[in-house]
Amino acid sequence: MQYNHPRTERILTTQRVIIASLGCLALLLLLLGRLVWLQIVEHDRFVTASERNRIQVVPVAPPRGLIRDRQGILLADNRPELRLVLTPEESADLEAVLAVVDARIGLSGDERAQFYNRLQSRRRPYDPVVVKTQLSDQDAAMIAVDGYRFPELQFDATPRREYPYGHLTAHAVGYLGRLNAEELGRVSESQYAATDVYGKLGVERAHEETLHGDVGLERVETNARGRIMRVMSRDDPAPGADLTLHLDLGLQAKAYEILGDRRGAIVAMDPRTGGILALASQPTFDANLFVRGISSVAYQALQEDPALPLFNRALRGQYPPGSTIKPMLGLVGLDLGVIRWSDRIQDPGFFQLPGVERRYRDWKRWGHGTVDLAKAVIESCDTYFYDMAVEAGIDRLAPAMSLFGFGKPVGQDVIGDGAGILPSREWKRAQFRQAWFPGETVIAGIGQGYWTTTPIQLAVATTALANRGTLVAPQFVQGIAPVQRSIPLATPADWERMAREMERVLHSPGGTAAGAGKDASYRMAGKTGTAQVAGLGQDEVYDATTTPEHLRDHALFVGFSPAAEPSLVLAIVLENAGSGGSQAGPVFRALSDYWVLDRQQGSLPPDLAWVASVEAQLQQVEAP
Amino acid sequence: MSALTDRSAGQIESFRPKRFSARYGVDPVLLLLLLVLMGFGLAILYSASGQNMAMILRQSVHYAVGSAAMIALTFVRRDTLYQVTPFVFAFAALMLLAVLLLGTGAKGAQRWLDLPGLPRFQPSELMKLALPAMVAWWLTRRPLPPRALDVLIAFVLVALPVGMIVIQPDLGTSLLIAASGFFVLFLAGLSWKLMGSLVALGLASLPVLWALMYDYQKRRVMTLLDPTSDPLGAGWNTLQAMTALGSGGINGKGFLSGTQAQLKFLPESHTDFIVAVIGEEFGFVGMAILVCLYALILARALVLTARADHSFGRLVSGSITLTFFIYVFVNIGMVSGILPVVGVPLPLVSYGGTSVVSLLIGFGILMAMQRSNRVLSGE
Repeated sequence: MQYNHPRTERILTTQRVIIASLGCLALLLLLLGRLVWLQIVEHDRFVTASERNRIQVVPVAPPRGLIRDRQGILLADNRPELRLVLTPEESADLEAVLAVVDARIGLSGDERAQFYNRLQSRRRPYDPVVVKTQLSDQDAAMIAVDGYRFPELQFDATPRREYPYGHLTAHAVGYLGRLNAEELGRVSESQYAATDVYGKLGVERAHEETLHGDVGLERVETNARGRIMRVMSRDDPAPGADLTLHLDLGLQAKAYEILGDRRGAIVAMDPRTGGILALASQPTFDANLFVRGISSVAYQALQEDPALPLFNRALRGQYPPGSTIKPMLGLVGLDLGVIRWSDRIQDPGFFQLPGVERRYRDWKRWGHGTVDLAKAVIESCDTYFYDMAVEAGIDRLAPAMSLFGFGKPVGQDVIGDGAGILPSREWKRAQFRQAWFPGETVIAGIGQGYWTTTPIQLAVATTALANRGTLVAPQFVQGIAPVQRSIPLATPADWERMAREMERVLHSPGGTAAGAGKDASYRMAGKTGTAQVAGLGQDEVYDATTTPEHLRDHALFVGFSPAAEPSLVLAIVLENAGSGGSQAGPVFRALSDYWVLDRQQGSLPPDLAWVASVEAQLQQVEAP
Repeated sequence: MSALTDRSAGQIESFRPKRFSARYGVDPVLLLLLLVLMGFGLAILYSASGQNMAMILRQSVHYAVGSAAMIALTFVRRDTLYQVTPFVFAFAALMLLAVLLLGTGAKGAQRWLDLPGLPRFQPSELMKLALPAMVAWWLTRRPLPPRALDVLIAFVLVALPVGMIVIQPDLGTSLLIAASGFFVLFLAGLSWKLMGSLVALGLASLPVLWALMYDYQKRRVMTLLDPTSDPLGAGWNTLQAMTALGSGGINGKGFLSGTQAQLKFLPESHTDFIVAVIGEEFGFVGMAILVCLYALILARALVLTARADHSFGRLVSGSITLTFFIYVFVNIGMVSGILPVVGVPLPLVSYGGTSVVSLLIGFGILMAMQRSNRVLSGE
């Protein structure tokens, strides 16, 4: 070892050590400065970031209100849906795990593609991704049996809407579907933070706010894997209110049973409350399809079905009312002083406007002979009402008939119904920029021409007859005071008289529904209607056997039962079924018998096994 | 006059009462500071590991083994260290070569050497000590400051192992080893002119370096420039560490109460990012104490460096001290987001046997250079 100028070397290295010390000091100050900036200056910002890291405010979806029928039978339930979820960060080999899932419970190409879609969307690390929905208990067991081998797989259970009688109630109760962007714009975003479904139709839609409830909030501490370590505080959600409907599942099932595979609509109301007891539109569909997420193929099939199963005929079907409105027209005529009960006309089988060649035919080619108002109602004489309508004039008829609710939606909690058309001079001018022709008044007298109504409008209008002058608005949900409006008549006793004549439609030998009223142990009242779909030429005779089905007449019936103190109002439309008396009348009789006799006007509960069998039959009809 | 002063200095020194370190080898001040740091380290590890007692125990073993090695080394004569230096260096270089040829990888890099019958061994750790010693050995063969040729040869000595470590690839370690070699040159009196041109050369070579970097290294640099650019990916570590430090504030969230660390938002919280746990749980006060502790260790080690009476000892001691400080700076700098994430542990606090033992061996060598004062000045 050599000593080379130890002193100069010592000075040199000592100098360098001092310089290095100063350099180190500078770096230390830089570090301290950085720490001052992070820990003191920017402290608040990082506290927020750290809190945001660990504390998640998780919205808690309120349980949706249940929907029951008037007997307390559940129509819309919440049932937990089991889902298989996967945490990709904990998976060594995604494909292998998916293969295992496929082998055990099946995983379609669609489900696989959806999984990868969800996987690729931006998400927090350790957020589980849905692999498969709607697992059965058996499916879950197949995965859980050796679940320890697949720590990345977990189950979660979210409540899902379930309609136990999905076919029977689809058109009345409606259904839930995925909350879409347009609906999201309408609702409070925070209220729906944990909810991704929304009432699409029917009661579900009309009472969305009530059923939804108020969102809850949970402040939870999570670790970096998003796993909840503890709940720090919780504002419980306020569950949506349960709803009890006026709907009677038994009557609803009866309506569908009687309709069978015929296209048509039935609306049943309680004239005392306005409660909708049944609302059937056939063909129907399974409301559960939409909750589960309908496949595009199935949806297309429903949409392209020529029988239009998705179309709510009871609310949106617009049919010429035909003769069903004759009792109301008669009352209007009486009130206007155009006719009296005692007035008679001679019916040659047709009506002619003065100085016009054209003949407006009665349905009875040879005429009804001598006809007064009572006979005109009982036998449904067209000529009498052609004459009366012309005498009254459209300018007096239209406003009077609008008192029965024609020409506008029925309102209340009935959503999405059609307005129908109550023709008038003003309406025609607005619609076609054309003058009103006298001949159009003639056919308005028998509910034809421009005039269209929805089945529910017919039911509502009929409540006025059943209540002898008090129209009641329709209502799905119980607990709301009936909305009533009386229709003033110059002679209020005319209401009772007209109700009596409507009884004779069923219970007198000449009545158009005498066949339907035969051998009844109690009295009913009603009015038949046969609505022409295709216009007939001057001397053409309608022949159902030669007319294509979709151009055949609609069979209609309105009525109430029991006649003296009605608890049931019915409006029935059978599309292209033919004559109202022979086709729709028996439907009325059967429903009335079921309600008044079998169910003792609703005081006896329905036979649930039979209801379930009707539901099952509807499913079978749908299958092919 | 210079000779006289020299002699009188020697005389004065010889009359001084024998220092503790001269008699027993160990410098009590430095030892005490290191023990305080290790105690602090254990406490933090307890929190950072999630109260994992097995880990505390293993780290205690690391401390014990390292301390034993350190104290044992103080009994080794400086002359012996001087003499074995070329052989140790050659051995370390061969091992590095062996790693390149037969090494086993961890996380896509070959750093470890699995030799039958021996514990897994990382030759680059040995090189951290062997390289500065080798450069010092070479430079002190002639009077300081070094001649241009010796500087050139020193550069070759540095470039050789650094190159092999870069290929592994381990950019962080290679840079630190290069720095340890450079510190020797700096302390040996490398001319400022040369250093200036080296810096210029370094800056000029940055684009080349960038082109040679692996993707993960580039990502780290990019993330440093803007950690928010990929908050769930490469920027996650830095962002979470900064959040931990920042949310700790002045007084911290309290021992075992750091949410970032305890809820595992902080990655590598018991190894490279342990300083974020300190900052979060003990706040700025804790960080200032830690930085002061390191500053005291640095100061004491530099005093010892200056006291060593032979250039070899001074150069080696100085390089060990400055490298130790660079570890501290790089680690805290990386955790607080002013340096890229380079996988450098916080000296003597981060969990890990290799690092703890090799650092303590370094301090053992530093103390050994002290002890030799008496022996040499007595000759």
